[in-house]
Amino acid sequence: MTDTITAPAQTRTVDARGSYCPGPLMELIRAIRESAPGQVIAVYSSDSGSRTDIPKWVEKAGHRLIEVTPRDGYDEIVVEKTH
Amino acid sequence: MKRILILGGGVGGTLTANLLARKLRQRVKAGEVTITVVDQTGKHVYQPGFMYIAMGGERADKLQRPERGLLDSRVNLVVGEVKTVDPATRTVSLVDGLQLSYDHLVLATGSRIVPEAIEHFDTEAEHFYTAEAALELRKALDAFTGGRIVIGIAGMPYKCPPAPLEVAFLIEAELRQRGLRDKTELHFCSPIGRAFTIESVSEMATPILEAKGIELHTFFNVEAIDADRHVVQSLEGEELPYELLILVPPHKGQQFLMDSGLAPAPGGWLPTDRATLQVGGRPDIFALGDATDLPLSKAGSTAHFEAPVVTERIVAAVEGRTVDRKHGDYLGKVMCFFEIGDGKGTLLQFDYDHPPRPPKPNQLWHLGKIVFNKTYWHTVPKGRV
Repeated sequence: MTDTITAPAQTRTVDARGSYCPGPLMELIRAIRESAPGQVIAVYSSDSGSRTDIPKWVEKAGHRLIEVTPRDGYDEIVVEKTH
Repeated sequence: MKRILILGGGVGGTLTANLLARKLRQRVKAGEVTITVVDQTGKHVYQPGFMYIAMGGERADKLQRPERGLLDSRVNLVVGEVKTVDPATRTVSLVDGLQLSYDHLVLATGSRIVPEAIEHFDTEAEHFYTAEAALELRKALDAFTGGRIVIGIAGMPYKCPPAPLEVAFLIEAELRQRGLRDKTELHFCSPIGRAFTIESVSEMATPILEAKGIELHTFFNVEAIDADRHVVQSLEGEELPYELLILVPPHKGQQFLMDSGLAPAPGGWLPTDRATLQVGGRPDIFALGDATDLPLSKAGSTAHFEAPVVTERIVAAVEGRTVDRKHGDYLGKVMCFFEIGDGKGTLLQFDYDHPPRPPKPNQLWHLGKIVFNKTYWHTVPKGRV
């Protein structure tokens, strides 16, 4: 899925490829906690579950999913911290 | 003369020192190499045992031994607190004024808990991440006569990802045995959309939670505690009331790593290459265990499997040869036991490319964990397993 909203410049990249424990979503949450509102975080995940887990969490936590892009053997998921 | 300096006398630091002493024994004997461990207390603590102080009758004094006794006799031990690391001059300064120079530096400095990062944590929440706190949790459980128990996670990353789920299972079993189960509501708060981060483990754990009547709350990342109302609140905007609150405290890397510019604030985790374990692209500094920013379990097991990688890379540099990639690249291997309660357990084993496939829980894996805990002193730090 790809969102067409204009993407702000990425300010942080989290390479969570190969992460099963604690997992890409937890790496994202860590990055969100350490970031300021308005910052944009790109997560690389090779765990197929992230395609659904991360958007669900982003919606529940009230942040903004910018895009999910399949790359070579992993997904790039870009999220903006909104509050 | 090559000086190898290792900061931290936990699993990773101790094992790396002992493996280096073994591989470089001729050069150490000839005075060509020195290996020095700096540890803040001089005591080696087996942290996985803390949970058993709360849940299994373990005693704190059984969980620590003098670091000197675990180190190879060819390794020097300095007991002191590190103040700063200066990568430019390759110097480590201690709080007591001692300065140590190095050619190769290993940062095995672990993680630290910061419960104070959450207001009211100290008065409202119990945990099991120190021996003292685990004993307090034991007392709280002994005094518990029924009500609502909430188990959650107040920050990531944290040590031993399965631990909160294990504690939930063990408490449920204990309450049943004490005849308090029907007077108790048990709530388990998972930070993600399922019971556990690893899908295969979650698939195993979810039916166990259901069978034990433990209510699962997903996407619940503990953010704050309302002490007046005895309510815990999540980052996602939910709240749960409690009579007994058990939380994994927030964790951070060491402050001196941030002060030295090696690890970024606020987390303090060292930027570490996932294969070489080099820090920040520096060929002379390595990190392992909890101190790294790698997306892996913060657990002794991780350090255990990283130590041979750091050893091979330093030995290759000392011997002036190329690194044997078979031994000198870390592939993300982690292995740990997982308690289910009622005397049963399972095993999680995985690496960067292979998720775990936990076997059906049975008594054997529970006994395996107990035996591992008891024999730890003679095996892991000395490089025998």
